[in-house]
Amino acid sequence: MKQTKAFYFAPYSIWLLLFVVAPLVLILYQSFFDIQGNFTFANYATYFQSGTYLTMTFNSIFYAFLITLFTLLISYPTAYLLVKTKHKQLWLLLIILPTWINLLLKAYAFIGIFSMNGTVNDFLVFTGIGRQQILFTDVSFLLVASYIEIPFMILPIYNALEEMNPSYIKASSDLGANNWETFRRVIFPLSLNGVKSGVQAVFIPSLSLFMLTRLIGGNRVITLGTAIEQHFLVTENWGMGSTIGVVLIVAMFLMMLVTGEKKKKGAFRK
Amino acid sequence: MAKKTFKWSNLYLLLVFALLYAPIMYLIFYSFNDGGTMTSFTGFTWDNYTAVFEDSRLMGIVLDTLLVALLSSLLAAIIGTLGAIGVYLVKQRKTRNTLLSMNNILLVSPDVIIGASFLILFTFIGFRLGFTSVLLSHVAFSIPIVVLMVLPKLQEMNPTMIKAAHDLGANNWQVLTKIVLPAITPGILAGYFMAFTYSLDDFAVTFFVTGNGFSTLAVEIYSRARQGVSLEINALSTLMFLFALILVVGYYFIQQYSINKKHKQQHGRKGKEAVTLL
Amino acid sequence: MKRLVTLAAVILAACGVLYYSSNKLDQAQGMTGYNTLNLYNWGDYIDPDLITKFEEETGYVVSYETFDSNEAMYTKVNQGGTAYDLVVPSEYMIERMIDEEMLIELDHSKIEGLEHLDPDLLDMAFDPENRYSIPYFWGTLGIVYNTKFVEEGSIEHWDDLWDPRFKDDVMLIDGAREIMGLALNSLGYSVNSKDDAELAEAAEKLDSLTTNVKAVVADEIKMYMIQEESSVAVTFSGEVADMMWENENLRYVIPPEGSNLWFDNFVIPKTAQNVEAAYAFINFMLEPENAAQNAEYVGYSTPSASAVELMPAEIIEDEQFYPSDETMEHLEVYENLGQEYIGIYNDYFLKFKMHRN
Repeated sequence: MKQTKAFYFAPYSIWLLLFVVAPLVLILYQSFFDIQGNFTFANYATYFQSGTYLTMTFNSIFYAFLITLFTLLISYPTAYLLVKTKHKQLWLLLIILPTWINLLLKAYAFIGIFSMNGTVNDFLVFTGIGRQQILFTDVSFLLVASYIEIPFMILPIYNALEEMNPSYIKASSDLGANNWETFRRVIFPLSLNGVKSGVQAVFIPSLSLFMLTRLIGGNRVITLGTAIEQHFLVTENWGMGSTIGVVLIVAMFLMMLVTGEKKKKGAFRK
Repeated sequence: MAKKTFKWSNLYLLLVFALLYAPIMYLIFYSFNDGGTMTSFTGFTWDNYTAVFEDSRLMGIVLDTLLVALLSSLLAAIIGTLGAIGVYLVKQRKTRNTLLSMNNILLVSPDVIIGASFLILFTFIGFRLGFTSVLLSHVAFSIPIVVLMVLPKLQEMNPTMIKAAHDLGANNWQVLTKIVLPAITPGILAGYFMAFTYSLDDFAVTFFVTGNGFSTLAVEIYSRARQGVSLEINALSTLMFLFALILVVGYYFIQQYSINKKHKQQHGRKGKEAVTLL
Repeated sequence: MKRLVTLAAVILAACGVLYYSSNKLDQAQGMTGYNTLNLYNWGDYIDPDLITKFEEETGYVVSYETFDSNEAMYTKVNQGGTAYDLVVPSEYMIERMIDEEMLIELDHSKIEGLEHLDPDLLDMAFDPENRYSIPYFWGTLGIVYNTKFVEEGSIEHWDDLWDPRFKDDVMLIDGAREIMGLALNSLGYSVNSKDDAELAEAAEKLDSLTTNVKAVVADEIKMYMIQEESSVAVTFSGEVADMMWENENLRYVIPPEGSNLWFDNFVIPKTAQNVEAAYAFINFMLEPENAAQNAEYVGYSTPSASAVELMPAEIIEDEQFYPSDETMEHLEVYENLGQEYIGIYNDYFLKFKMHRN
C-alpha cells in the first residue's frame, strides 16, 4: 500500500513543491522586504494601519460576498433543474461553453450592451423610462462579475446533485415527506459539498478580480486584486504586493476551515 | 400539477441560458458588421471572416493556443487524478485538509501573483520563456481544479468495493483500472474540461511567462485591444464558438446513439453508464 | 478505463496535428531563427503593411510580440529568458534601463537617416545625444471634449475639469503619473515633483475631482468618446487622433499651464541576438515615406521632420497634434522618479480612485 501511495503522489508532490510551495515561500519571503530590499515588517504594518487598504479589504469582501450570493442564487436552481432535464449532460456542456469566449471580448460586449447608447438603454428609452447610467455602477459590476462566475458555481453543484442516489429521494417520499421536506432534509444536505466547492471556486477569485473592475466598474470599484496588480506591474513594490497576497492566502485558509470537511460527517454520507 | 412545474422550470432554464448567451450573441451579431465597431450596425459583411483567414499570424496563434490548452489539460488531468487518489488514500483528516488547502492555493490566488511567482521561479532556474514555460504554467494552475473535481467522486465511491476487490485477489493496478477509474471517470472528464476552460481563458499568467515570440489568443487579444477590439477577433471567436458547439453537440449525439444501440442489445443496463458522457 | 485511454489518445493525436500545422505555418512565414527579428512593441503600434514591406526588402522575418505597459516590458526583458532584438519603451523607462545598463549603446555609424528627425525631439534629458535610443513616436497628454455637449473653446485649462457642470461626466486615463501630473500642473508645479507638500496638495485637489469623474479607464476611452458616453476625457494625443477620425465633434486641447510630453523610442536590449536586424529595422523606419505611412496608420505624431512634409496638410497643420513651439515650451518629459516616489504617486492615485463621495 505504501508503494502505491508513492506512485500516486510522485508527480503530484513535484507539482506541489515546484508550483505551490516554492511560489508560496517566495511570496512570503518577498513580503518581508521593502522596495530598497531591506528586511522589514513595515509592509504588514502599512496594510493593517492604512485606512486605504483596510477599506479596500472590506470592499473586496463585501463585493465578493454579493457576487457569491448572486451566483449561488442563480446557480443552485439551475443545477437542480438541469439534473432533471432529458439531455442534462448536453445542457451542462452548453453552460460551460460561454467561458471559452475570451473574457475581454465578453466585457466589451457588456460595454456595448450597457453603454449610454447601448441595447439596454435603447430599450429603456423605448419603454419611456429614459436613459440611465448603467456602466460604471455597482450594479453592472456585480452583474457582469456574477455572469463570469456562474458556470464555475453550477458545475460543482450539478456534480453533487447528479451523484445523489435517487433511492434516497424515493425513500424520503415513500416515508411521507413532501417535495419541500425532501429537498430540505435530503437533497440540500447531500448537495452541500457541491455548494461548498462552488463557494470556494467563486468567493476568493472574486476578492481579487481586477480586469472587470476597470472595464465594467470604471475603477470605481477597487478590489485587492487591483492593488496587487498595481504593486506587481506598476510600482514594482513586490513586497507590498506579496503582503496583500499573503493576506489573501490566509483568507483562503480561513475560508477552507469554515467550509472544509467537518469532523462529524453528515448523517446522509455513505 | 406536475406539468405546470415542469414548464416553470423550463422557463427558468431558458432565462439562464439567455443570460449566459446574450453577450455571445451580441459578439456574433457584430462580427457581421462592416462599421468596424461593436456599437452601431451599419451593414452586413463577410469581410471580418476573410480577414481572419488571411491573417496567418492570428491563425498560428489560434493553433498554439489550442495546442497549449489540449496538452496542458491532459497532463493536468493525469497528475491531478493521481494526486486526488493520493489525497483520498490519506487517512488522517488533518494531513488531508492541509494537502487540500495547499492544493487550493493556486485556485484562489490572484492570477497576477501566480504569474509573477512563476516568472520568478523560471528566472531562478534559468528557464527559457516560450512554449514550454507557458505549457508548464498552464499544467500547474489546472491541476487543483482537476483534484477538486475528482475528489468528490472518490469520496462517493463505496470503499467496501475496493476492499472486496482486494479480498478477491485483485492487485493494486487492477483495483485502479477496474474499479477506481471507472467510478471517477465523470470527475476526471469534468476536470479535464475545466482545465481546458481555464487554459483557454487565462491571460494574466501567460502574459508573465511567455516570451520569444510565443503568444496565446488571450494575450494577443489584450494587446490588440489597444486600438479597440477589432471585429476580426469577433469573427474568429464566432468561428471558434461554432466549432466548439458543433463538436460538443455532435459528440453528445454520437454518444447517445451508441448508448441507445447498446441498450437495444442488452436491456436493463442503464444508470451510470448512460450518463458518463461528460 | 478504455474510454479514458481512447480519449487521451485522441487528444494527443489532435495535439500532434496542431503542432505540425503550427510549425508548417511558421515555416511558410520563413521563420528559421537565424534571420528573425524579434520585435517587442506596444499593441497595434505599427502598420502591418510596413512589416511585410520590411521583410520583402531585407529578407529578415519579423516575429512581433506586444506588451501593454512599460513595466511589463521591463520585467520580461530583465528576466533574461527572452531575446528581444528591438524594443519600444517610453522615456522614463529608457532612463531606467540606461541606469541599469540593460541597453546596448547605439553605433550611430550604422544608423542612416537620423538627419530626417526633428532636432527639437533629439538629445532629450532622458537620453543625451541619443546614445541609446532613436525616437519612434511622440505625443502629449491633454483634454478631449465633445462640442455637442460642451461649447467649443470653453475648456482650456486643467482646472476646467473641476467645473461642476461636468458632474459624473469626466473620464480619466488610468495612470498615476498622468493624473497626479495634471493635478500638479494645475497648481503650477512640475509633473516630476518630489516635494511632499506639493504632492499632498495635488492629492487633496484630486480628491475633490471625484464628483466629476465618471470612470478611470484605459484604452477604452477612445471607444467611449466616439460613442459619446462622456463629454470630457483626459487622454493621450495619439488616441485622440483616432477618435477624431470617427467622431468629428471632438476637440483636443493641451492646457497651456503645462502638460506631459512623452516619447516612445527604439532601444536594443543587451539580450538581443540579432543586432544587425535591429539596426536594419531602425533604418527602415527612419525612411521618411515609411515613417509617414506609419504615422498615418497609428495616428501618433512622428518625430521625422521629413516624414511630416510628406503627410497631408490637415494633419500636420493641426496644432492639436503638432503643437506650436510656445506650447512645446511648457511641456515636460517624465523623469524616472525612482521607486520610492513612484510608490508615493501610486498610493495617492489609489486613494483617489477609492475616494467616494
